[in-house]
Amino acid sequence: MPIQQVCTVIRMAQLNPTTWWMALNAGKLAEEHGLRPSQFLHIKCGDGQLLRRPVSVSEAVTSQTEPEDIVSIIFEVRGEGTKWLSQRKLGDKLDVLGPLGNGFDFNESGRYLLVGGGIGIPPLIGCADELCEHSTAVLGYRSKDKAVPWVIDRFRERCQETIVCTDDGSLGRHSFVDSQAREVLTKDKDFTAILACGPKPMLKSMARVAAEFDVPCQVSMEERMACGIGACLGCAIRMKDGTMRHVCKDGPVFKAEEVDWDA
Amino acid sequence: MPDEKRKLHPETEGIIASASTQSVLFPDCSVDMGVDLAGVPLKNPVVVASGTFGFGREYGQFFTLSELGGICCKGLTLHSREGNPPPRIAETPLGILNSVGLQNPGVDVFIEHELPFLRQYDVKVIANISGNTPEEYGEMCEKLSAAGVDMIEVNISCPNVKAGGLAYGTRPELAAEVTKMAKSHSSVPVMVKLSPNVTDITEIAKAVADAGADALSLINTLRGMRIDVNTRRPILKMNTGGLSGPAVLPVAVRMVWEVASVVKLPILGMGGVTTGEDAAQLMLAGASAVAVGTALFADPYAPLKVRDSLAEIAAKQGLDAVHNLTGGVNLW
Repeated sequence: MPIQQVCTVIRMAQLNPTTWWMALNAGKLAEEHGLRPSQFLHIKCGDGQLLRRPVSVSEAVTSQTEPEDIVSIIFEVRGEGTKWLSQRKLGDKLDVLGPLGNGFDFNESGRYLLVGGGIGIPPLIGCADELCEHSTAVLGYRSKDKAVPWVIDRFRERCQETIVCTDDGSLGRHSFVDSQAREVLTKDKDFTAILACGPKPMLKSMARVAAEFDVPCQVSMEERMACGIGACLGCAIRMKDGTMRHVCKDGPVFKAEEVDWDA
Repeated sequence: MPDEKRKLHPETEGIIASASTQSVLFPDCSVDMGVDLAGVPLKNPVVVASGTFGFGREYGQFFTLSELGGICCKGLTLHSREGNPPPRIAETPLGILNSVGLQNPGVDVFIEHELPFLRQYDVKVIANISGNTPEEYGEMCEKLSAAGVDMIEVNISCPNVKAGGLAYGTRPELAAEVTKMAKSHSSVPVMVKLSPNVTDITEIAKAVADAGADALSLINTLRGMRIDVNTRRPILKMNTGGLSGPAVLPVAVRMVWEVASVVKLPILGMGGVTTGEDAAQLMLAGASAVAVGTALFADPYAPLKVRDSLAEIAAKQGLDAVHNLTGGVNLW
């Protein structure tokens, strides 16, 4: 059940020209309210922005010694709201709603293929942390200057194999993530599931790859959002069966085969 | 009237620690907050606006719904509707455009699954309906009256659906026809929701009043559009949508005042209410009660803060009862 929580900014770092990392003291959002990585927080970004900004959770850590849980988020500055967020200082308070959304469904005994594109990569960090070593990550960026080495290293530390590719070949392989995922699956398709997060065209391609290899695939979707809790029905996406589902409440993670990718 | 001491429900205390939620509580309020909306007693004048609150389940996670004066439920149609394709939301300067398009499970599902949930709370339930034909409005009114809602809000003004909707809200004779049909099939008070997308809202208000409406609610959203300059595409997939939020408040205040000047019916005023002062403006302009909508998206506790702040304003002005604000504007 979501609550309104005042979080305190305890650490911040700029990861590249447009991407920021932020660690928050977040009350008992994880321990008592069950916040997990790949769920999201709905953050009020100053008084000038009417709507909150949904930001995925990278890590949610409870501690025996610390009074508050520590939650980390990684976000891209896209507009006024996220710009405001990037200008916070240590000790600043944030008005946050959470935990929101479902997050990826995985368990530690499974073997997963993590596929992330751009700012869709950070929500997979917590999944990589919790999964055992025989998972594989495929991480794609538009170009080298968009890549975040620190984030890539997090996957390299945890995953059996971490493949990095860029759209322009400036870092890692010159390829899209779906081609790399296809290569991985061609060699070995014994994965419990694919967990994918990134732009919609990438997710659509991954849904196709997953279907080809008959591997279950979960996709974390984005849509313009208002309330964040399922009341306003703003963030609708169409399912194959013709029904509408809502990214904030029913998602952001959906089964790839249930999404109408042509809508 | 129930005791309306200004205090958040215990469930919410201790969980929220937001500075913004602590500031406005007004524990020593002696103001009578009860208001009457067409014979329906509201324990306080703050209602939540249709389309922003679903059927109460989501915001009911943050506070008990009994804190509210009333709930205007998500707009219902006779049969379920999937609504419009996304994107459905675009943020604008101090406003939001939406084109949800009346996505809803249909009136029967509401009666079976949602109304019993709402009935657990001490709050007036106002069902909001839209129809493609006057007959559909009549059929829904019959079902909802029998199911025991407290009031029916007739939406003749949704800007996001092609059939019916807006046409009924912009032509006096059609608005009157729908009102008559709703009235003749209802055993509970009927409130008609007016569109601001007209040249003269008083014409429609008069037609609806003459046709027998028990109350009016206004304003619905204003039609608007936002374009992404780089892609040259409108943000909304439907190209246009309905504008709500603080940007529309002055329009709402003006229209409530205009309508209150020509029609004697009680008015539920809405449009961008975010603070107690906003609510007080609408009441001074002539509203008996106010609805909070878009403000919820920034702050789930907005309706309770509006309520408490309204009580504080009334107390500071030396009023015994908040209903004494209604129509109290001193014109130049």
